[in-house]
Amino acid sequence: MPQGSDNSKRLSELRMKHGRPPASPSEPTAERTETLREAQPRFRGLESGHRACQGCGEALAARLVMESAGPDVMVANATGCLEVFTTPWPQSAWRVPWIHSLFENSAAVASGMESAMKAKGKNTKVLSFGGDGGTYDIGFQALSGMLERHHNVLYVTYDNEAYMNTGIQRSSSTPHAATTTTSPAGKERMGKRHLKKDLLSIIAAHHIPYAASASVAYPADLQRKVRYAMGVEGPTFLVIHSPCPLGWRHDSALTIEVARRAVQCGLFPLVELDRGALTNIMPIREPRPVSDYLELQGRFSHLFNKKDYRAQEELDHLQALADHNIEIYGLRGEGVDPVDTTGMSHVKRGGPLAGRN
Amino acid sequence: MREALEGSQAIARAVALAKPDVVAAYPITPQTHIVENISKLVADGNLHTEFVSVESEFSAASVVLGAAAAGARAYTASASQGVMLMSEVMFNIAGLRVPLVMTIANRAVGGPLSIWNDQSDSMAVRDSGWIQLHCISNQEAVDTTLQAFRIAQETDLPVAVCMDGFVLTHTMEVIDLPDQETVDAFLPEFEFARALDPAAPKSMGTLVDPNYFPEVRHSHHAAMGKALAKIEEIDAEFEKVTGRASGGLLTVEGPKKAKVGIIGMGSVVGTMMAGREHYKKEIGDARIIKLRSYRPFPAKALRDAVKGLDKLVVIDRAISPGLGGVLGTEVSAVLSTLTKAPKVYNYALGLGGRDIPETTYRDLLQTIEDKDAPRFAVLDADLDKLPPEDR
Repeated sequence: MPQGSDNSKRLSELRMKHGRPPASPSEPTAERTETLREAQPRFRGLESGHRACQGCGEALAARLVMESAGPDVMVANATGCLEVFTTPWPQSAWRVPWIHSLFENSAAVASGMESAMKAKGKNTKVLSFGGDGGTYDIGFQALSGMLERHHNVLYVTYDNEAYMNTGIQRSSSTPHAATTTTSPAGKERMGKRHLKKDLLSIIAAHHIPYAASASVAYPADLQRKVRYAMGVEGPTFLVIHSPCPLGWRHDSALTIEVARRAVQCGLFPLVELDRGALTNIMPIREPRPVSDYLELQGRFSHLFNKKDYRAQEELDHLQALADHNIEIYGLRGEGVDPVDTTGMSHVKRGGPLAGRN
Repeated sequence: MREALEGSQAIARAVALAKPDVVAAYPITPQTHIVENISKLVADGNLHTEFVSVESEFSAASVVLGAAAAGARAYTASASQGVMLMSEVMFNIAGLRVPLVMTIANRAVGGPLSIWNDQSDSMAVRDSGWIQLHCISNQEAVDTTLQAFRIAQETDLPVAVCMDGFVLTHTMEVIDLPDQETVDAFLPEFEFARALDPAAPKSMGTLVDPNYFPEVRHSHHAAMGKALAKIEEIDAEFEKVTGRASGGLLTVEGPKKAKVGIIGMGSVVGTMMAGREHYKKEIGDARIIKLRSYRPFPAKALRDAVKGLDKLVVIDRAISPGLGGVLGTEVSAVLSTLTKAPKVYNYALGLGGRDIPETTYRDLLQTIEDKDAPRFAVLDADLDKLPPEDR
């Protein structure tokens, strides 16, 4: 490991290698043309060999984020699966400076790290990671404070829609009607009674330079968003839909398919916001019915009980929520689709789904 | 330079002399004055620091944790409910062995609501693994603050400088502030060997399973033990450059042949020293022990300090309901290894800001003259104010 005065030399080598020129705080990076090298990053900030479950959406998302963010970063990580499966002492899967403090303070710890960088005149970008529990719920206040104080931090929330590390308990990000261990279905209940918190709108209300949603099913889009956020001076926010095969009860091989259908039905819209204003969406020209997404997951299996009249009601409710997203974000798009997605919901893919629509 | 300064203002000036890179705090009386004064120093260009005005005490502690972990000299201040809200982070800061400094402007913890001084707050985070130094005057608080920055970085332990809220923080005192050159010579630039650095990545705060956790706690405990010598050594060095010591681990005042001793922490010790001057002819001359280092606890120094005493009064400024005084219990435990230990009388005084006048010195000595004197009591509680069933 390079030490002492070699550090800065090594760092500048790393920067050049990964396409980030020696940065100075005043240097605008957002308008710089992207090099081909930057578009194909290969830096492995999160190494393989960690202990995530098969098909873990969060592990994939974190790897994609780290690839795009590059080596000149430091990470504050909230308590959760990502922290636990990457760092069983004395091992660590992280190749960047990384700190975990508590469940609810990753945004505040990151604020401190960023302040230290400012005080020291360094330009290392600080990333703050949390799951949906650590972001939508318990770490929400620290996040809001960080955004309001305009720290130069990219906050990434890996949204798997429940407290997976503690055994699949409902969070305020859990979708309506999904079952978890604290929102089970039964005679009196049809899973979670409340709506998934619209976090992105709350983030947007902070009028930060950049906020976006992404999905592990669309890695190129996800990485473009990370790279864009890395170039912004100020607080940026990314929520990444990351299926959890264990908690959502779907086949580990279907992580990408499940994530893709969430986008294609409109339940998880991929959008970008600039100071609170919608600037970009990923259009879905032919939205799929929400049942295409829900039927793959055990957490929604009670919605497919033909004998239960409540099941159809909840399906209709979820469809209405998807339709609402499609409406307010204009997900059907306008004009010619830059990405030809026509008929993509009808493409037969390999694996256990082959033969199904 | 000697100046008449309010306690909070003096601390702000001392912090500025230490040139912190990052200061984070949330308003909570009485430490608010400290950060107000720091903000003013920043606004006037007299202090170059990243001042982070956070949305809660919880984030204040988290911000300084992150800042110090990233290699910056960091400072925060809190009191009372704020310390309680910080407590989860305080345990974490210490457990991760992150060196930073905070002032605890000691105050009662609710409910019911009391905004006044006692030491329930710092006592509640006694086991967090922080070094805890208690000050009897504002001069001592200023000097101890400067020493704390050096203790922190030489031990990789966080240091809490405790000063009584209002009694010290809101009191004007003539303070001798060292000049910048003196402080610069005494306090080197901040260094933290395990600091987060992209050129040499480390993972901090990982998941530690039962195979390693007892070793983590053992090494923390051992580091606290080693800090005892550091605290004394750094106080001695501070005396060399300023001509003023703050009292190492503990100091003893009074005659060697005294049979009665009084021990306490914080401003109450100053009150006892003044009371002794007034009343020693009338009621007798006691030995006053000023405990400065509460954590690490100077067990050996304390055993030496009580030599020859028959009776020892331990003043607690907090209470553990169902047990009694915490300091009193600890002092008893430490002295239990002596073959001829003094009899310990433990009294809680001044809870929630009840005034402790100089006459308390006389009252304490009178109380323990009685052979049936209680071994623990909230001595200044007026039982007539309570319904009979609560007396």
